[in-house]
Amino acid sequence: MAQPVEIAESEFIEFVTFVAGEQSFCIEITQIREIRRWSPVTILPHAPDHVLGVMNLRGAVIPIFDLAAKLGLGRITPTERHVIIIAAVNGQTIGLLVDSVSEILSVRHDRVQETPNVRADDTTTCILGVIPIEEGMTRVIDLGRIVPAKAEGAA
Amino acid sequence: MKPKVLAIDDSRTIRELLRVSLEGAGFEVTSAEDGVDGVSRFPDVAPDVVITDINMPNMDGFGVIDAIRKGAVNSTVPILVLTTESAPELKARAREAGATGWIVKPFDDTSLISVLKRVSGA
Amino acid sequence: MSINSIRDTFFEECEDLLDALIEGLAEMSGGSYEGETVHAVFRAVHSIKGGAGAFGLNQLVGFAHTFETVLDRVRSDQLEVDPELMRVLQRAGDHLSDLVEANRIASEVDEGTHASLLQALNGFLGIDPADGEDGGQEEEFVFEALALDLDLQDDIGGQTDGYEIRFSPNPALYANGHEPLLIFEALAGLGSLEVAANTTDLAPFADLDWKAPKTDWIIRLRSSEPEHLIDEVFEFVEGLCELSIEAIQTDPPEEAAADVPDLDDAAPDGGADPTPPAAASAPAEEAVKVVDLAALRTSPADAEKKQEPKAANGPRPTLRVDLERVDRLINTVGELIINQAVISQRIEEIGLPSGSGLSTELEDYKLLAREIQEGVMAIRAQPVKPLFQRMSRIVREASDATGKAARLVTEGEGTEVDKTVVERLADPLTHMIRNAIDHGLEGPEQRARAGKDAVGTIRLAAFHRSGSVLIEITDDGAGLDRDRILETAVSKGLVPAEAELAPGEIDNLLFMPGFSTAKEVSNLSGRGVGMDVVKTAISSLGGRVTITSRAGEGTTFSIVLPLTLAVMDGMVVKVAGQTMVVPISSIIETIRPGPDELHRFGVDGWLLSIRGSYVPIIDVATSLGRGVPDADVRDQVLLLIQTEGQSHCALAVNGISDQRQVVIKSLEGNYGHIPGVSAATILGDGKIALIIDPDAVVANSSAALRRVSDPRPEKEIANGAAG
Repeated sequence: MAQPVEIAESEFIEFVTFVAGEQSFCIEITQIREIRRWSPVTILPHAPDHVLGVMNLRGAVIPIFDLAAKLGLGRITPTERHVIIIAAVNGQTIGLLVDSVSEILSVRHDRVQETPNVRADDTTTCILGVIPIEEGMTRVIDLGRIVPAKAEGAA
Repeated sequence: MKPKVLAIDDSRTIRELLRVSLEGAGFEVTSAEDGVDGVSRFPDVAPDVVITDINMPNMDGFGVIDAIRKGAVNSTVPILVLTTESAPELKARAREAGATGWIVKPFDDTSLISVLKRVSGA
Repeated sequence: MSINSIRDTFFEECEDLLDALIEGLAEMSGGSYEGETVHAVFRAVHSIKGGAGAFGLNQLVGFAHTFETVLDRVRSDQLEVDPELMRVLQRAGDHLSDLVEANRIASEVDEGTHASLLQALNGFLGIDPADGEDGGQEEEFVFEALALDLDLQDDIGGQTDGYEIRFSPNPALYANGHEPLLIFEALAGLGSLEVAANTTDLAPFADLDWKAPKTDWIIRLRSSEPEHLIDEVFEFVEGLCELSIEAIQTDPPEEAAADVPDLDDAAPDGGADPTPPAAASAPAEEAVKVVDLAALRTSPADAEKKQEPKAANGPRPTLRVDLERVDRLINTVGELIINQAVISQRIEEIGLPSGSGLSTELEDYKLLAREIQEGVMAIRAQPVKPLFQRMSRIVREASDATGKAARLVTEGEGTEVDKTVVERLADPLTHMIRNAIDHGLEGPEQRARAGKDAVGTIRLAAFHRSGSVLIEITDDGAGLDRDRILETAVSKGLVPAEAELAPGEIDNLLFMPGFSTAKEVSNLSGRGVGMDVVKTAISSLGGRVTITSRAGEGTTFSIVLPLTLAVMDGMVVKVAGQTMVVPISSIIETIRPGPDELHRFGVDGWLLSIRGSYVPIIDVATSLGRGVPDADVRDQVLLLIQTEGQSHCALAVNGISDQRQVVIKSLEGNYGHIPGVSAATILGDGKIALIIDPDAVVANSSAALRRVSDPRPEKEIANGAAG
């Protein structure tokens, strides 16, 4: 039953785990560029709820997404205690607003399990798989699902 | 020391092809993009063989041969002309001008190298 | 460097060569050209052929060969350039560029065009279609003859034991860079070799001319290889020596041996003839050599001088740089500009006493940064010339397709524009020129009736105007038929039947999606592109397109483009608490309206009365989806802008804080397109500000849908605004 998910070929995969909307999530460490404190963003017009705005990251314009809102877990009201995870996917660089970053998790790839087949909702469509951890379980984020495809635009 | 080739052609593509083929065969290649450029590089490069195109701006292949054979340079270095024409009169003209031999475009590596070795012994 | 990347080099080079070809042909068709122009055109085709041959692109080689042969006749004055030849040459140029493109993307060209052009070119070579086929057969015959030859050789080879070669080089052989030793080595590769030298004619050592050593050789080659291989070894020295090659039969070995005593007799005979001329020419050559060597040693400066004029005449030296490197540099310079703005702002905040000198240094820093930026941007700037020249083809094709004779006149080809702009203008220009010929120019009878030249003129002009590039496409046709345009728009439901539109607004209906005015579907229509696509393409470059038209005189499409895509002058404004930037280029003036200049209109709409006309007010925040206006229009600042429809609008913002040059940052790379926003920029405080696209804001706004009937003609508003 414990089927490895197609994530990487190597024996061990490292993930950064974090909390958003009171649940534990993680992103493969190779996709993460940096982690920084929340700072106010420039609001984008005609943007969906989970798009907080854009921020300046050393001259690049980076869109910031509210991960909890995207996953249907309610919006975060950002404060200075909140954290932005800068990640790269499909040639795009984005930021994810989360509550806090927990740890770096190193697991054998066969410990990553397929998402249990429950009803499809905002969360499950964005999850690649799950990893059992001491505190219960962490969910592997499919960044490609978070980012709007370039061509179709934001609206 | 590697034998040195001075390759003169106004076509970037042909220059690249020559460079890749010749370097692969152990030659050191200097490229020039027209006759004037080629002749001006000649003294510094002191090539063992010159390969030159015929149709070029500024100075054509016959001009190059002339400048190398007579003129200031005055050398009997082997000179091969690159030609797309296999017409006998063009070869005759090149020979008359002082060319050592010719390479008919399109050339393949084997024939290029064999012609080169034939005239330069390199 | 793989063969594939050389293939890429070839296609890159083809672009340059095709540009040169088109430029040369354009000069030739202009009538005043020099021989060098024809040479350059010939060379372009010749180089394409040469490269294509290397990659086995046979169809391309074949066509280039025929094309080149015609050009060769032209340059050697065997063919006179008449209009018909010129027409064929230009179309052959067009077709050659199609062939190159087809080979690049591995597709096919139109067979009919290919065949008819080949036939036309062959026609100038005096080959009619039937002869052309014969020509092909002749070539095959040559090959067959060659094959037959080989068979014969092989037959002889079977009986041959070896060859006796008498080889007596002329001085010219050495002068041409040949080395007998290498020839012997090559022969040695074919069998076992005995070489005997006859040195009787060799001069005493002291007098020896190393350029023409007088030695004859008798070579005995034991080999069963066919004779043509022996011939091949001597291929390059043919005519530079006395040469006889005789096959030796195996059977009588005595005969072969008997030949040897003859050697001494034979050699002097062979060498006797060339000796006197060699002796005569050798001292002369020696003398020339001494003089030249002296010249070379004593005055290298002279040699340099000799070359200088040539270098000056040639193209200026250029450097090919990976575009990505340039763009990285541009990006970094952009950062520098932002950094400079941040520093300026920080220092201002500290409030240093004046006279500290820092502000002067800061000003210098700013100027230097700007200078670097301009320099870097200039790297990307390219003249529009190649783009314009490509359009001559479009004119020819459109002219052929519609049966309307047209000529292209270009102006300001040297005007430089950003590389991306040049590239992305090709499609819109193509479409506009087709349109100008298809819809703009009248048919022949109509032109005759109007007393116009039978050949229509399409004028393509580029020039710089106050920090922008202006490109105009003008036809000398009938002008826009506004009644018809309006009628069509109404019939297609694009505007309500009762709409009263100003002339400028009617003209702009052409840019509405799905609009087409062609009375009958011509060959050019139905390509699935409308003027709306043109407008979108130009907008995406930060440009605008406008129309002016005069009945009976023609129509002009004017495209205003930013000089660069990397920076622009912007007005920094506040909108719903956010800082945003409006391009200065679209702002006519800023207005703080008095209460009597504002008039309610509809439920929550407002009009601004300015110089006797009424202009709709558009709340930027509302248009950008911020819901109900968060400020009363009476407290707002208005930016009077001219929209693409040439009508005026007032954009309401909370306030204006600054006017400055901003670095344009794309939003689409990491996010996507946002309606009403063209890009973003980074301000002095490091925050991102969105750059507003005024036209899109107007289009977004529901207020824009309510047409305001204008009490005054457009022209007067424009004049009023200018005054």
